[in-house]
Amino acid sequence: MTGLRLDDVRIRLNGVELLHLSETIEPGDILAVMGPSGSGKSSLLAYVGGFLDANFEASGDVSLGGQKLTGLPAHERHTGILFQDPLLYPHMSVGENLLFAIPAKVTGNQRKETALNALAQAGLEGFFDRDPATLSGGQKARVALMRVLVSQPRALLLDEPFSKLDASRRDHIRQFVFDEAKSQNLPTLLVTHDEADAKAAGGKIIDLDG
Amino acid sequence: MLRLAPALAIGVLLAPVACGVLATLLPALGYLPALGGHGITFSHIEGLLAFPGIGRSVLLSLATGLITTFVALLIVIAFISGWYGTRAFARVQHIISPLLSVPHAAAAFGLALLIAPSGFFFRLISPTFTGSDRPLDLFILNDPLGLAMMAGLVAKEIPFLLLVALAALPQTNARLAGQIAQGMGYGRIGGFIFVTWPLVYRQIRLAVFAVIAYATSVVDVAVILGPLTPPTLSVRLTQWMADPDITMRFVASAGALLQLLVTVGAIAIWILGEKILARLLRRRRNAGLRYQGDRWLRSLGLGMIVAAAGVIFLGLALLALWSFAGFWAFPDMLPRGFTLGNWNRVLPSLTSPLATTLVTGLVATLIAVALALGCLEREARTGRTGGSRALLFVYLPLIVPQVSFVFGLQLFFLGLGVDATWGALVLVHLVFVLPYVFLSLSDPWRAWDTRYASISHGLGASPNRTFWRVRLPMLLKPALVASAVGFAVSVGQYLPTLLIGGGRWPTITTEAVALASGGDRRVIGVYAFVQMVLPFVGFALATLVPAFLFRNRKDMKATA
Repeated sequence: MTGLRLDDVRIRLNGVELLHLSETIEPGDILAVMGPSGSGKSSLLAYVGGFLDANFEASGDVSLGGQKLTGLPAHERHTGILFQDPLLYPHMSVGENLLFAIPAKVTGNQRKETALNALAQAGLEGFFDRDPATLSGGQKARVALMRVLVSQPRALLLDEPFSKLDASRRDHIRQFVFDEAKSQNLPTLLVTHDEADAKAAGGKIIDLDG
Repeated sequence: MLRLAPALAIGVLLAPVACGVLATLLPALGYLPALGGHGITFSHIEGLLAFPGIGRSVLLSLATGLITTFVALLIVIAFISGWYGTRAFARVQHIISPLLSVPHAAAAFGLALLIAPSGFFFRLISPTFTGSDRPLDLFILNDPLGLAMMAGLVAKEIPFLLLVALAALPQTNARLAGQIAQGMGYGRIGGFIFVTWPLVYRQIRLAVFAVIAYATSVVDVAVILGPLTPPTLSVRLTQWMADPDITMRFVASAGALLQLLVTVGAIAIWILGEKILARLLRRRRNAGLRYQGDRWLRSLGLGMIVAAAGVIFLGLALLALWSFAGFWAFPDMLPRGFTLGNWNRVLPSLTSPLATTLVTGLVATLIAVALALGCLEREARTGRTGGSRALLFVYLPLIVPQVSFVFGLQLFFLGLGVDATWGALVLVHLVFVLPYVFLSLSDPWRAWDTRYASISHGLGASPNRTFWRVRLPMLLKPALVASAVGFAVSVGQYLPTLLIGGGRWPTITTEAVALASGGDRRVIGVYAFVQMVLPFVGFALATLVPAFLFRNRKDMKATA
């Protein structure tokens, strides 16, 4: 019972069914869900992550590594999420953003070391004390990814995380995110309206439109 | 704890008003066992109506409420519709905003120093135009028609109405709608009033009612600027409430009931007026009238709003000037010399009221902010908003006239044996601080991007940790601004402090208003100066503290 399992998940809005899905995403795999806006793909992520708006009705079970997620509060699910905006906390430095994410069980010097290693891994040495507002779009995206990863998530949820990046950086960041997700053996759920994103993920693609 | 916040907040808003009105109603009908009233009788109400000039007092209160609100609203509409989206608009908005925090009493004193026969205005034109180097014998202040009082209220209501209207504008697509209307050949003002104003008005209606209620029942401004023979109903009530003859409490209660009817009547007349104007507006709109020649009206709107702000600013400057003035004879424009003597003379008696003002304001504000944050955070976690009913609760203490329930509340506290205690004083301040804190905080709090919370939860941070480490720091500036608003409201409280404090807890405001009849301008200058500086300090801190804490965080400037 490994991986992220969606069992008979249905999401409705005002009585209209937006999607109906049963899938299992194995660790290291990426499931790409495609669809235009309003297709309910973002609400699927919200349902898995535990922050679905009360206007939606949803049913079906989500489990992760054999543990049932549905019914757990969002902060006990350990499903790290990336949105299309990096949403780094503007009142914290880059390093503090990472320290906030590192679990409390990591203590003492370990904490800062973990953060510094993560920055080095993202090619951002020397950025620990920087104001996130001074970073470029691509740098912010990388910090956002490292922030999720250092929190030791058990699955990754990607909500069109590349749609706002310049074309020039886009491929690079996308590859970086997918590689990290695979190397950490995380089951990953990607929703996007961009076919190139879905194909680059290299896994199963579900098109909600078709 | 968080689960209790909404119930506590509603209790704070509702219970004092309900108990207060009830404890006003019973003595008005003769029931007040402590003073030997055991039965139900209409004799006190009859007695009240037999007072000489009571009809005139009622009429004054009614007219003041309706006229000042109407005039202030007209000026605000003319200004917004004529100038929204222009650079002049942004500049005026910048100047007007701080005026919201100026206590009513300080603004009224400032106006008095400006327009009195021996005031600044007549110093400017004497003796050249008046032909006299003595103050003219004019009845400008405390005029029997209440014109000075109305002018003061209009000037002070404009910033409030402007700011609530501005808060409502973003939800109306005003700029685009205006461009479309102008494209069809409508004048700026006509287009705005036809297309956007109804949407704005729907959102600010309760605030307008609060202004009517305030202006029909205000005490401190009426004492300083209003008519003397007879004064407005609310001023007479306040005199009866403090009458050494305690049987006057019955008449005062009957009067408080009458005040409630006057305010309700004023709002009813206003609602009738709304209906008539809405019909008139619809007919004009459907007739396709373009109203293109509105340039003069635009200029008038801008001129009036700048004049209103200018009058208040000039008045405040005069207060400061008087507080440092040495010998200053009429018609000299400036004092012959400046001195710290006034301050030195007043300081010993000023420190204790100042301490009461500060501590009461800070404690009431702290409780109010905690309650408001609790309600908003609870709302965010459950996804349930209180809706329009909750907003009605928030506005309740602002729409029921103060005089009508605070006096009853005093009798109620008397019955409980907690009258004139400091706790009771904080509680009654809280009743008025909480609505403003909530109104100030709720918009920015709800506008926050909740994806930050989703991310934080995904990182494993609990809702509490998310609140303390992410949401509150990111919204520190709006939270501090709301606190500054709350503190300013507390500082400005006159009647509740007077009645519930029972004279045992004088504040800067009660002391300043008490000085009004004495007419020592230097002492008044000192008190009113302190009264206006306190809120300014609050707002300055609300700006400077986040600016310092987040001096190296560029995006924190944008969110504030």
